[in-house]
Amino acid sequence: MPVLVFLDQSEGQVKKNSIEAASYAAKVAELAGTTAEGIILGSIPTGLAELGVYGLKKIHTLKQETLDHFDAQIFAKVIAEAVSVIGAKIIVFSNNVNGKAIAPRLSAHLKAGLVMGAIDLPVTTDGFVVKKSLFSGKAFANVSIKTEIKIITLNHNSYKVIKGEGAAEISELSVQVDRAKVSVIAVNKITGEVPLAEAELVISGGRGLKGPENWHLVTDLAKALGAATACSRAVADVDWRPHHEHVGQTGLTIAPNLYFAIGISGAIQHLAGVNRSKVIVVINKDPEAPFFKAADYGIVGDAFEVMPKIIDEVKRLKGL
Amino acid sequence: MKILVCISKTPDTTAKIAFTDNNTKFAEAGIQFIINPYDEWYALVRAIELKEANPDTQVHLINVGGPDADPIIRKALALGGDEAIRINANGNDSYYIAAQIAEVAKQNSYDLILTGKETIDYNGSSVGGMLAELLDLPFVSLATKVDLNGTTCTVNREIEGGEEVNEVTLPVVISCGKGVAEQRIPNMRGIMGARSKPLKVVEPQAIDPLTTIVSFELPPAKAGVKLVSPDHPEELVRLLHEEAKLF
Ligand SMILES: Cc1cc2nc3c(=O)[nH]c(=O)nc-3n(C[C@H](O)[C@H](O)[C@H](O)COP(=O)(O)OP(=O)(O)OC[C@H]3O[C@@H](n4cnc5c(N)ncnc54)[C@H](O)[C@@H]3O)c2cc1C
Ligand SMILES: Nc1ncnc2c1ncn2[C@@H]1O[C@H](COP(=O)(O)O)[C@@H](O)[C@H]1O
Repeated sequence: MPVLVFLDQSEGQVKKNSIEAASYAAKVAELAGTTAEGIILGSIPTGLAELGVYGLKKIHTLKQETLDHFDAQIFAKVIAEAVSVIGAKIIVFSNNVNGKAIAPRLSAHLKAGLVMGAIDLPVTTDGFVVKKSLFSGKAFANVSIKTEIKIITLNHNSYKVIKGEGAAEISELSVQVDRAKVSVIAVNKITGEVPLAEAELVISGGRGLKGPENWHLVTDLAKALGAATACSRAVADVDWRPHHEHVGQTGLTIAPNLYFAIGISGAIQHLAGVNRSKVIVVINKDPEAPFFKAADYGIVGDAFEVMPKIIDEVKRLKGL
Repeated sequence: MKILVCISKTPDTTAKIAFTDNNTKFAEAGIQFIINPYDEWYALVRAIELKEANPDTQVHLINVGGPDADPIIRKALALGGDEAIRINANGNDSYYIAAQIAEVAKQNSYDLILTGKETIDYNGSSVGGMLAELLDLPFVSLATKVDLNGTTCTVNREIEGGEEVNEVTLPVVISCGKGVAEQRIPNMRGIMGARSKPLKVVEPQAIDPLTTIVSFELPPAKAGVKLVSPDHPEELVRLLHEEAKLF
């Protein structure tokens, strides 16, 4: 009864958050005394067997052109059938855009208890209890799943990927695929930038930067570090920056390793989108700015004076 | 055209989060409750806009909750919902909630069912998808734009690093996020009118939840901020490099 993990892909690449989910699934399997297997739908990325290094023993594939477009209904149905063929009792997804669409459907289909946004391994000393994030990371709930089949979606950056050795066996599934009801008519990707949702390092600016003409203080540092850029809602609302960059309760929720906030006050709604970041750095000239309470490192100072020095120092370190 | 909007009750966005009863209950004392922002600003307002564009439209609201949810349901009616159903049950298992809503939805043929992308307290992102499965309808999640063109619906949905434009034939379940509509404030006429709009209370079906919350926890307090002098900003870079090992 293997643990099954859904390997979500985009343009022929298994997504980074799915690799995290795979590594997590392998650990869950180890704790349950079984093995982890993956399932991938649509085109088969090259080098799939190499995902064995994350602990997957086998990867089930279903190569069908219709599955190259995402339709939660079709995906959930195919995975439900695969679950019964494979005999999986624990199914893991990344809590990413597609995981959020498929996992609830699969849960209702299989009457399998679901925990969305897990941040740790299940505890099995008394039942099967998974810790999940609540209030965008401001609290946690320990949720007990009571059904025989269990589904978990893993929050980004919540589990450290473990890399070992080995190759996964590739095994072709044969499952009937229905016609999709949702058709994809366009994909608009913001190209040439580090995607914010998956970024490990994020540099962000707020109203303290005074105007869009000063954004080089954010983008130069981001460029030197290979980081993504973000902003507060106040900044997006006045069109200094595009809305897809705004983080917080009404924007994106992110959990990078570094969130570097320049001239952002740290309103509670802003914090809701970033307080799961591993390290928070705050540059603000107001020592009373609420953001300092959530920060790990900070400078009380004028961004226009300290940022150029910080950028130069990073460039020097990086040999740029 | 019949639209169903799923409305949940959540603590206000600035609420202080604490737990009582040995960390098994959310501390409600002094907390103000609101309509979950995603349900109100995006799902509900979009439904009302669609009604304004096509007056033949009916907008029904549904909530699974106790009598304490009535004030937020009245507010949703004041914003422009036509009638509301409250399923009189308190449950925090997403499947339980979705299955209760599905029972009611099955008796009405809705063309469009809108939910918020998530509740800001439980962060489940699950009720919409479960509901779609229980009703055997397509589901488009994390919508940023919802347009109707006769019997089809064009939906932009969030994907990593961008958006995807989907087209789907009605009926469909859609979970709504930022972009779908703009927040509105109820006007006096709406507030007065809401008092006489129907708010039907129905008893729940016998449905077994699939999960239970054992306990709540708060994150450990941060060690506190390490401040670097503004005269030596390069020291910050050194700390991030050598101590935090971020790059
Ligand atoms: C329901 C609701 C939802 C919301 N959702 C979001 C959300 O999702 N995301 C979000 O970000 N906000 C959100 N907000 C808005 C939020 O409350 C704040 O208003 C917003 O985050 C403020 O943005 P800011 O920090 O850039 O600007 P300000 O609050 O104006 O702060 C600017 C900061 O810059 C500092 N500063 C000024 N000059 C300098 C300088 N030269 N050097 C260094 N520092 C300087 C100031 O001390 C100040 O702290 C929401 C609000 C509500 C009511
Ligand atoms: N108790 C409830 N009553 C009605 N709708 C709900 C309820 N709980 C959640 N929903 C709907 O489902 C969406 C997603 O909730 P969740 O799965 O808890 O994140 C919410 O934005 C609401 O639209």
